[in-house]
Amino acid sequence: MLTPSPRGDVSAAVLEALRTGAAPAAIRASDASGEDDLHLALWVLFELSYRGFEDVDERREWDPDLIAVRRSLEDAFEAELRDRCTPTPVGDDVATAIFAMCEADDGPSLATYVHRHATHEQVEQLLAIRSVYHLKEQDPTAWVVPRLGAGPKAALLELQFDEYGNGDPNRLHHHLFAKGMEAAGLDPKYGAYVDQAPAEALAQNNVMSMFGLQRRLRGAALGHLAAFEATSSLPSRRMAQGLERLDFPPEMVGYYTEHVEADAVHEQLAARTICGALLDDDPHLREDVLLGASVCLDLENRLAGRLLEEWAA
Amino acid sequence: MSGQEVFDHPDVVLCPGGPMLLRGDHVIEGPDGTRHATTRPVSAVCRCDKSAVLPWCDGTHKVLPEKLRPS
Ligand code: FES
Ligand SMILES: [Fe+2]
Ligand SMILES: [Fe+2]
Repeated sequence: MLTPSPRGDVSAAVLEALRTGAAPAAIRASDASGEDDLHLALWVLFELSYRGFEDVDERREWDPDLIAVRRSLEDAFEAELRDRCTPTPVGDDVATAIFAMCEADDGPSLATYVHRHATHEQVEQLLAIRSVYHLKEQDPTAWVVPRLGAGPKAALLELQFDEYGNGDPNRLHHHLFAKGMEAAGLDPKYGAYVDQAPAEALAQNNVMSMFGLQRRLRGAALGHLAAFEATSSLPSRRMAQGLERLDFPPEMVGYYTEHVEADAVHEQLAARTICGALLDDDPHLREDVLLGASVCLDLENRLAGRLLEEWAA
Repeated sequence: MSGQEVFDHPDVVLCPGGPMLLRGDHVIEGPDGTRHATTRPVSAVCRCDKSAVLPWCDGTHKVLPEKLRPS
């Protein structure tokens, strides 16, 4: 993948530094010209730790000046999320609390819109936007593995093994999505649609990277995972039916039908076994787990709100 | 002599209000005699009988009124 196009001063400075090999200008989150600028810059900096860019020297991943910029952007993003997402504690059992939060969430649903109303073109746009995450599905949470004790580690791997195809690359979820994209005539290349992804979608990606890459935020990473899985089975069914209505190819439909069944398992594992085992080891992470769940719901609602408003126009 | 924890890791887990989790490989025979083999390390078998992909759970139990959810 080549570096994307800048969206403001901060992303321009970061991209310029990456492409030329120079030190970045002394920029901070407060210099960002908006959400798009901040989240693109942060997305690019995080991407250095995933697959990187063909036009950037791989050694820049650990460039201290770039890390300083990243920390400033992360801090601003985390403060905003902590300010906006304040889960009300429910009961003792963490799984019950997570399922209750997901059930109580009455935000707008893209899957419901796709099910009955979206046009072919709108669904193509949505798939392109979703590809920014689905082509690295589960990877951000994989950063958490070495930070866990035996109980939560084994529990997380039990879920991740299924996400990664149980040893069969043909069943690996991000590969299933790539096959769906290709069959649907969309570009299946990793990162192909980053320039088309709105700030809200980049923010969803960034939050998973931030929770995954900062050990301190491991509770939030696993709470986010639980809410993500717990809001997937039923919407995946609606997505599959909407894609069938619009004659999308079986490979693309198949990605979603796989998630109807897989995530009915994963939501139980994530909320009960994974978050449960994490809190057995580290009860003080409970608030972070619930924060992660709340952030997951919040950021999906923001993307849905943005796209549904755009489509209604 | 070791103080290391022995973890609970049951083969079958009944989720309150939801499916039965099955660890490992199994073949499930449905009421009409059809056989369904598990394909994942852990499978979720529907207990509310309202799933559209029986014998597996598809999350439908979450939209049922409390009294129709499995105990
Ligand atoms: S138990 Fe989940 S759909 Fe029946
Ligand atoms: Fe998946
Ligand atoms: Fe999943």
